[in-house]
Amino acid sequence: MKIHEFQGKELFRQAGVPVLEGIVAVTPDEAAAAYDKLGGPVAVVKSQIHAGGRGKGTVIGNPEQHGVVLVKSADEARQAAAGLLGNKLVTIQTGPEGQTVNKVFVEAGCDIARELYLGIVLDRAVAKPVLMVSTEGGMEIETVAENTPELIHKEHFDPAIGLEAFQVRKLCKKLGISGAAAKAAAKFMPAMCRFYVDYDCELAEVNPLVITGDDQMIALDAKINFDNNALYRHPKLAEYRDLAEEEPSEVRASDAGLSYVKLEGNIGCLVNGAGLAMSTMDIIKYHGGKPANFLDVGGGANEEQVTEAFRILLSDPNVKGLLVNIFGGIARCTTIAAAVIAASKTVGFEVPLVVRLEGTEVEEGRKMLSESDVEIITATDITDAAKKIVAATGV
Amino acid sequence: MSILIDGNTKVICQGITGKAGTFHSLGCREYGTQMVGGVTPGKGGQNVEGIPVFDTVEEAVSETGADASMIFVPPPFTADAILEAIDAGIKVIAAITEGVPVVDMVRVYEKVRASDAVLIGPNCPGLITPGQCKIGIMPGYIHQPGKVGVMSRSGTLTYEAVWQTSSLGLGQSTCVGLGGDPIVGTNYIDLLKRYQEDDQTEAILMIGEIGGSAEEEAAAYVKEHVTKPVAAFIAGRTAPPGKRMGHAGAIISGGKGTATEKVAALESAGIVVAPTPADMGQAVVDAMGK
Repeated sequence: MKIHEFQGKELFRQAGVPVLEGIVAVTPDEAAAAYDKLGGPVAVVKSQIHAGGRGKGTVIGNPEQHGVVLVKSADEARQAAAGLLGNKLVTIQTGPEGQTVNKVFVEAGCDIARELYLGIVLDRAVAKPVLMVSTEGGMEIETVAENTPELIHKEHFDPAIGLEAFQVRKLCKKLGISGAAAKAAAKFMPAMCRFYVDYDCELAEVNPLVITGDDQMIALDAKINFDNNALYRHPKLAEYRDLAEEEPSEVRASDAGLSYVKLEGNIGCLVNGAGLAMSTMDIIKYHGGKPANFLDVGGGANEEQVTEAFRILLSDPNVKGLLVNIFGGIARCTTIAAAVIAASKTVGFEVPLVVRLEGTEVEEGRKMLSESDVEIITATDITDAAKKIVAATGV
Repeated sequence: MSILIDGNTKVICQGITGKAGTFHSLGCREYGTQMVGGVTPGKGGQNVEGIPVFDTVEEAVSETGADASMIFVPPPFTADAILEAIDAGIKVIAAITEGVPVVDMVRVYEKVRASDAVLIGPNCPGLITPGQCKIGIMPGYIHQPGKVGVMSRSGTLTYEAVWQTSSLGLGQSTCVGLGGDPIVGTNYIDLLKRYQEDDQTEAILMIGEIGGSAEEEAAAYVKEHVTKPVAAFIAGRTAPPGKRMGHAGAIISGGKGTATEKVAALESAGIVVAPTPADMGQAVVDAMGK
């Protein structure tokens, strides 16, 4: 789960990670009032969307309007908010369609001496979280990793212990930080690592992390993704979820316990297992078709969930054909067959349907389908299935 | 021979009284696995269709001599269940449970690697030595005793691969579903070592997917240490980047993790890579003919 910058900063403040004062605004007048309350002389109006690259991003239809604006009066704050709110912001992470800005965060300015990067992720290779810092703050970290990987410094840490003092000293030396700023780092870095563990983060990123003229260390941004598997431990985070930021069909799918990602093609795919679902997309493309989605119904899917999966697939107007590819393990072919029959009654298939069943209770499942009056193109294996659906959708 | 499990393996199920635990314990017993017991705290003394239930793993081990465990407990309790199995001296632990928090696995990983137990999973279908012992949720009938060692990060894709190798008459020595989570107990290299030393295994099929760098590391290992023919498949060649993998996730491995890079690494190690998921069995045949 992702959250907004202003929400991340709220959590940072509670966790003892220094942030600047800021106020959320949903109208231009609120933004102006926020400027006055913060007291100037400068403030920053930042669009709140679940995507990075906002500063360089621009609003559709107004290339002069960037996603992050420095303002020097209440009036400028009002104007900036008016240019952002309700409009679509396109950044390198949103795709060309952009994302609607529904909120802005008006934040106090500060005296920036240096901009650094700090990020914490899981290093799968050693099964431990790793703190990464770099002198190249404010840049796309992917670019830094590709062009100048030697400028990214890493320290792994044990979640039960956190970051050790000597690790902070190592990183400070490499970043060229000393004196009062190093003392600030000795608080900031361990606090971030504790935060990462305490909140079960998947990613916690501060870019830029700034050192001010008076040697304070402040998180100027907050990008946080949480481990969905651990959300049950953090019931408070549920109120931070912003459904407006998510693809509606993906929200519907996650509510039904399905794993769904919408894509651009026209062949709707219903598959069990993430690996098989990805491979099904691969083989459709291999035979010249375009998958409309990734959909894993999971192992424990019941008839109602699978029916809902069909509804979600068919609600996509691009879908011109459906491919069901099931290799039953925990999931039983009979469950899938029953759902296909139920969906044909409640949802109705107006497009060609290719079904390939194998695995647990396959004979019974095939029998149920052949005895039903649902119009189905049956496939014997995964290649056969892909070829048939590509032919049926006329690509 | 085979790897990890065989006809002598004695298996318990942690979480046996739950719906999935019961269903699959009975399924394993029906396949021929020696299901000697189950564990559900507070339900010791009961039985599940004749399989005795114990309160603790320690008790189950001392009463039954079990040396393997299949875990079906809910995600919040999975880490604890794995640690209990290690503590009781279980040698092969298959954690089927999906949805275990990553931080829990960081803690478990270190403990399991420091012990002499082998953890398969979590979020995996389990493992099977066809005709001898099945620990997990895979449909037994698609397997056939034979010569291919199959290891995979994806459950249903493993079934697909097994089905193809069975149809081609190759059969399998032992199939292991490593699990789809960011942290799993056993990796490709651990199994490559075992397959290389196993007499029954004549070829190895490795099924990977995009993300992380496990396939690249395995490729490097194969180049240096594996003399048996190896075939592979990578799922997700057409997956859009950035959708599922975390934003900064690929950075630590220096930009590794895409399907193209994985396929290149595998091929440079002399591994035959199947172009589509329908060609996994044929890729094994090709690797054996090289």
